[in-house]
Amino acid sequence: MTRFIKLALVLGLAAAVLGGCSGSNYSWGWYVVSPFDSRGASNITFLMSGFAFTISVALCAITISVIVGLLVALMGLSPNRVLRSANIAYVEFFRAIPMLVMVLWVYYGVPVLLDVRMGVFVAGVIALALCDSAFEAEIFRAGIQSIDHGQREAADALGLGYIDKMRYVILPQAIRRVLPPLGNQFVYMMKASSLLSVIGLTDLTRRANELVVTEYRPLEIYTFLVLEYLVLILVATWFVRRLERRMAAGDRNNRSAGGASRGPVQGADAAV
Amino acid sequence: MAEAPVMVELEKVTKRFGSFEALKAVSLKVRLGERVIVCGPSGSGKSTLIRCINRLEPHDSGKILVEGIELSANAKKLAAVRSEVGMVFQQFNLFPHMTVLRNLTLAPMRVRGTSRAEAEALAMQLLKRVRIPEQAHKYPAQLSGGQQQRVAIARALCMKPRILLFDEPTSALDPEMISEVLDVMVELAREGMTMICVTHEMGFARQVADTMVFMDHGEIVESAPAKQFFEAPKSDRAKLFLSQILSH
Repeated sequence: MTRFIKLALVLGLAAAVLGGCSGSNYSWGWYVVSPFDSRGASNITFLMSGFAFTISVALCAITISVIVGLLVALMGLSPNRVLRSANIAYVEFFRAIPMLVMVLWVYYGVPVLLDVRMGVFVAGVIALALCDSAFEAEIFRAGIQSIDHGQREAADALGLGYIDKMRYVILPQAIRRVLPPLGNQFVYMMKASSLLSVIGLTDLTRRANELVVTEYRPLEIYTFLVLEYLVLILVATWFVRRLERRMAAGDRNNRSAGGASRGPVQGADAAV
Repeated sequence: MAEAPVMVELEKVTKRFGSFEALKAVSLKVRLGERVIVCGPSGSGKSTLIRCINRLEPHDSGKILVEGIELSANAKKLAAVRSEVGMVFQQFNLFPHMTVLRNLTLAPMRVRGTSRAEAEALAMQLLKRVRIPEQAHKYPAQLSGGQQQRVAIARALCMKPRILLFDEPTSALDPEMISEVLDVMVELAREGMTMICVTHEMGFARQVADTMVFMDHGEIVESAPAKQFFEAPKSDRAKLFLSQILSH
């Protein structure tokens, strides 16, 4: 509940800043996005219809990106030199390309090269996922490398194969550790999806642009857009934090509470 | 003892770390039911020796045979060997995100294909044997070091190994917890488990060892029946080592 209070504070602050900016001669026309004005209300509905694409593009792209990134990271940690080189090539290549450039290239270039028809949504998801996966790969690599070598040795000594070792021993610990940067990437992806407005995906940004053309009220409409993203990201962050806390709850047994629980546990042992 | 089948055989095994020779043409035979204690100053290659036996460290030259299977990069053979050779580490290396019970059942279920019910029954039986059945549903970090190491021993036993390797199992423990772990190991030794153990606990060694192996600078300096080794070590280096380690 405190989070909602904080959210209200943030929104209030944003409004106050804008209100305070009325030193110039600009006369605000908030009616364009006012829920109390019939035209404003329909504008709001129009603007908010962008949420569907913004959210679905980001979710699809981050899902693909996490899977690809994990595979690329595993390649980078392989003893096989060819796979390691492939990892380096992949990360360096896709990390170097600006997202907007990638969006344009995939949307306009890939259909010509591969002779396929590709919608805005598919092209957008592919472009965002490719760019982001290079970063995900580095996050996963760091996470996996941070796991104590003894864990790997214990799994090896028990005879666990590579897949079981990763699935049951290494990755559950590594993912828990990289959850904060993964959450970061998720938020980043939500915002990066605004780039797809350029190729015509009717996301939040595109809707705002379209409305500006008919209403000639860019300042009010873009301000509304800022607030839309703000709410979206705060909600997304809330989910990420909740997930982190839930996974940390399982983790509490392992680290922070470890020392504290020693006393009574030893006592129990002495009684045996 | 001499007639018992050979379980582990090392033939002129060499291991290098860069330019450092950790093992210099080491040869060793361990027979079924034999308890071998490996001792020696730190850096002498003791840990490397037993880590080579389940190929946690691949050796550079020479031959290692475990129950007649030669260790090589062959993944299938390696898996077969590893499931027969249990290992207990200095740092326990329990899986911190799993309960004690899950630590014990993971490998039998995934590697041997044992059913959950069967794996859990075996796990509980082994936890009783190491005297901590009541900790089954706790996480490793909730246990003391001694308890963790006993869980680690039970975890190794869950695979029903034919050979157990111990790599300084008590070196990371607080002094008051050493005996609870050694007691479990003595029991295992009495039951006839084939064991190769690197340790500095000479009291324990005297109690259980059939054979003492003394290493220094990557070589086996002396390998002798325990009684003979403690009462009349042949080499000067072993004499010096024993006098240093037993003097206090």
